[in-house]
Amino acid sequence: MADQQRSVSVSNLVKRFGSFVAVDHITFEARAGEVFGFLGPNGSGKSTTIRILCGLLRPTSGEAYVAGLSVAAQPELIRRRIGYMSQKFSLYNDLTVVENVRFFAGMYNVAGDELRRRLAWVLEMAGLAGREHSLTATLSGGWKQRLALGCAILHRPPIVFLDEPTSGVDPLARRRFWELIQQLRSDGVTVFVTTHYMDEAEYCNRLALIHRGRLIALGTPAQLKQSALSGDLLLVEAIPLGTALEVIRRLPTVRDAAVFGNALHVVVSDVESGGERLLGELTARGLAGVRIQRIQPGLEDAFVALTGQKRENKEVIDPKSL
Amino acid sequence: MDRQLSAEIEVSGLRKSFDKLLAVSDLSFAAGAGQIFGLVGPDGAGKSTTIRMLAGILPPDAGEIRVAGCDVVADPESVKSVISYMPQRFGLYEDLTVDENIRFYADLFGVARRRREQRSEELLEACAMNEFRRRLAGKLSGGMKQKLGLVCALIHTPRVLLLDEPTTGVDPVSRREFWAMLYALLDEDVTILVSTSYLDEAERCHRLALLHQGRLLICDRPDNLRARMTRTVLSIVSPHAGEIRKVLVAVEGISDAIVVGDSVHVFVDDASLRQSKIQPLLDRAMVPYAAIEQVPPTIEDFFVDVLARGGYRGWQTSSDQ
Repeated sequence: MADQQRSVSVSNLVKRFGSFVAVDHITFEARAGEVFGFLGPNGSGKSTTIRILCGLLRPTSGEAYVAGLSVAAQPELIRRRIGYMSQKFSLYNDLTVVENVRFFAGMYNVAGDELRRRLAWVLEMAGLAGREHSLTATLSGGWKQRLALGCAILHRPPIVFLDEPTSGVDPLARRRFWELIQQLRSDGVTVFVTTHYMDEAEYCNRLALIHRGRLIALGTPAQLKQSALSGDLLLVEAIPLGTALEVIRRLPTVRDAAVFGNALHVVVSDVESGGERLLGELTARGLAGVRIQRIQPGLEDAFVALTGQKRENKEVIDPKSL
Repeated sequence: MDRQLSAEIEVSGLRKSFDKLLAVSDLSFAAGAGQIFGLVGPDGAGKSTTIRMLAGILPPDAGEIRVAGCDVVADPESVKSVISYMPQRFGLYEDLTVDENIRFYADLFGVARRRREQRSEELLEACAMNEFRRRLAGKLSGGMKQKLGLVCALIHTPRVLLLDEPTTGVDPVSRREFWAMLYALLDEDVTILVSTSYLDEAERCHRLALLHQGRLLICDRPDNLRARMTRTVLSIVSPHAGEIRKVLVAVEGISDAIVVGDSVHVFVDDASLRQSKIQPLLDRAMVPYAAIEQVPPTIEDFFVDVLARGGYRGWQTSSDQ
């Protein structure tokens, strides 16, 4: 299949609700056959963008092509070429497993031999063989989730949208789910994921971060982690931790400091001088058990750094953006 | 070293069934005063049921619960004045403003007016919500609603704070502010029990109880849990992560290989496999890779490790020392 038919391409997309700009000139591309993560805080314009891409909402201006189709001109065709699975498992709890599959098959016009093949595939993929006639309500989170994925891709769409796909399922089921996603990907399917959870974002090949309607970062998880922090991240242990935090916050080389369980995460402008200085100050203040080590920033550190710089009153509309 | 001098929450042999479903089974743990204790597990692990029993609103079938010196099973009412319980869906009045919601909860807990004003000022300041005091609660974002819920739950300075999945659906920035508020509360000697289904969040707690299907898998400090992980995690960065997984997944000594973005996380029994097996195999298969490095295991890695080795059997609560 041509790459264009498997990709999501957005250019200068804008969506206004009255005077509020929910999506503000965003441009990106989810390439054919990649797992693309779309991240952003609550109210950032993320859901609005997804709804536009799924053909549920018309953009104010700009272009978006999904599977080679224009979201503005051919929204109803798009819905047949994508799969959509939300965190709320769009399954009918009072139907059995097979009834749910048949329901979605009807919606997507999957019938006859193809339906038989796809039903068998869903049961095998989800590990539901022998449970065909169980009520969906009685299934565990992991089973429901895999069944929901199966129903969402019965019609073999080239692009799948996943909205916080693994929230609340156990870690084993979650790993299994991501293995399925990787299989889809190796079959050439493009996967578009939205999530608030950074460990889920790690599974993506590339990430876009949207904030106040604007795209503020785009790259691989490793790239975002490297570029986001304007300094080095240190893990600092000391007793008592509260005093350590007070001391550290007053140092000029410290950009940011926050409690993280039994330790502090401290961002310093330069690890060489910053680390020494920290150690000196904490020891001089008589704190016990002082240990400082440099650690790699996580995606969450990157996310907070990137959105935090531009934050302040995130819910107040910026007059300049109007 | 650990702030585990006295237990503020003590649970032993706790059990609760709903019809045929055993929601909580033989659960025992203790949370030290002035700590953040995490109840961690997927949906259906028994987290909410446990918290509701701790709050004295759901009687257990068996077991003992002591919270802030109160015997919750014998006298569930006794605990209510010293705790604050924030359920998953905290009862905010959407058609009242932020200030009005706070006043409502302050009245409910009998907080005097001056105390209320001072405290709500401090709390709203701490969560960067002072400027939204006149906004209707229904018009707040998800993260802000959670923060307002916490402000309401804290208006009476409880000894023990019980939070049921407070950050579900909340973005990382709001989540960090929320946690900063929790850490600040420790200075007031509040003990906090928080449940979450997200294992990355578990790292922020002082101690954790990992629950699965109503049972305790293990209870310990996050760093100790990671140290107990018997396997080493190697990360192989490559644009051909899927192929690398196929090459390595069935190799002896490798228990699992999972594709994580542009890398494969390989779980090995012994780190020396890197030179002796992994590199030769990849070279022979001619799959290009950028680097192989050892990465620290996460709590999720540990959780999966325990479950894969047969679940809770053989694991017990560790002592704190």
